[in-house]
Amino acid sequence: MKKAILYINQFFGQIGGEDKADFEPEIREGQVGPGIEFAKSLNAELTHTIICGDNFMGSNTEEAVKIILEMLEGKEMDLFIAGPAFQAGRYGVACGTICKAVKEKFGVPVVTSMNVENPGVEMFKKDMYILQGGNIASRMRKDVKAMVSLCNKILNEEEIGWAEKEGYFGRGVRKQIWLEEGTPASVRMVDMLLKKLNGESFETELPIPKLDRVPIADAIKDLKSARIALVTTGGIVPVDNPDRIQSASATRWGRYDIGVIEALKSGEYKTIHAGFDPAAADADPNVITPVDALQVLQKEGVYGSLHPFFYSTVGTGTTQAEAERMAREIVPYLKEDKVDGVIMVST
Amino acid sequence: MVKEIEKAGFPIVQMCNLIPVAKTVGSNRIVPTISIPYPLGDPGTPKEEQWKLRYHRTKVALESLATDIKEQTVFKV
Repeated sequence: MKKAILYINQFFGQIGGEDKADFEPEIREGQVGPGIEFAKSLNAELTHTIICGDNFMGSNTEEAVKIILEMLEGKEMDLFIAGPAFQAGRYGVACGTICKAVKEKFGVPVVTSMNVENPGVEMFKKDMYILQGGNIASRMRKDVKAMVSLCNKILNEEEIGWAEKEGYFGRGVRKQIWLEEGTPASVRMVDMLLKKLNGESFETELPIPKLDRVPIADAIKDLKSARIALVTTGGIVPVDNPDRIQSASATRWGRYDIGVIEALKSGEYKTIHAGFDPAAADADPNVITPVDALQVLQKEGVYGSLHPFFYSTVGTGTTQAEAERMAREIVPYLKEDKVDGVIMVST
Repeated sequence: MVKEIEKAGFPIVQMCNLIPVAKTVGSNRIVPTISIPYPLGDPGTPKEEQWKLRYHRTKVALESLATDIKEQTVFKV
């Protein structure tokens, strides 16, 4: 029987939550967490499970990858699986990072799964099969099933179909195939053109990926007279969270007066972000929103003045659409106060 | 959020730990921080050291806003 190895994070590895996100990589024989679900129908023996904390992978990437590759050295492996990572950004990036490294080092096929909103998709979809997964962990069974279905095709050395057919994110790979119906390209093109002229919907055979890039804004000409604003997605709020900003999947944001505050004090401000261990930021909120440093730098004349409010929301699980809307709602306040430049601290 | 604010014409710098993510989503000015839970001050180090790190990186962020760039740039800290 062929053999497969699974990578999961500290949460699904049942080590713990955010307080354990620094957990160093560990390899265990057999199946842990989602591994049990994979093992039910995978056409391979799931021999080992690797568990690694998301923050350890995110902050010490080179070291984490090195440790894991060493663990895998000499192990029989026909397939490497990671996740599913749903909409968890750090986990998705971790899955992509380790899959890419394993594929390069050992030359085995790799499979992972993420939600379309996961930044790992854009970063790694060209390098590997990333199944189009659900946004939350309750989709586990469904996502694992889809992963197993593709994994089994790979293990059985069956032909892998195109992205939409198999449910993975398009990899930018172009492959010629014979269509069963045998309609020549010229006829298909004319059909599409006619539909377009008639205002009907049609499906292109060559979708052009659109890159959403923003032109670089002009630099501040004179920093010494510039007005600077501070924004964060790290969830720093007054302790009573007056705007009831959600701890995950935020749709609300707040602006808080820092006009005469020298530093954000512990006990007066805290973080409500559910995506990391809040201990450090609760003990000293300035580690996320550096109001203390900004006040001193202003007094020293490095820049002109500080916009008297900071803006805060929570970046975990928040959709791009909501993030864009919140930013658009913040912009008028920055314009009104003639802000020249913005610092965003994200976690 | 960074892109929406930049679209409105403001130069904006993103201070973050996951640089590859910031690059992929299209932030133009990026200043690295040291971790996710404590971007600007490791609680395992003395207060003085945390302050130095925070002061330095915040200053780099301010200066990045006044730096002309032609392409996406990760500023050195």
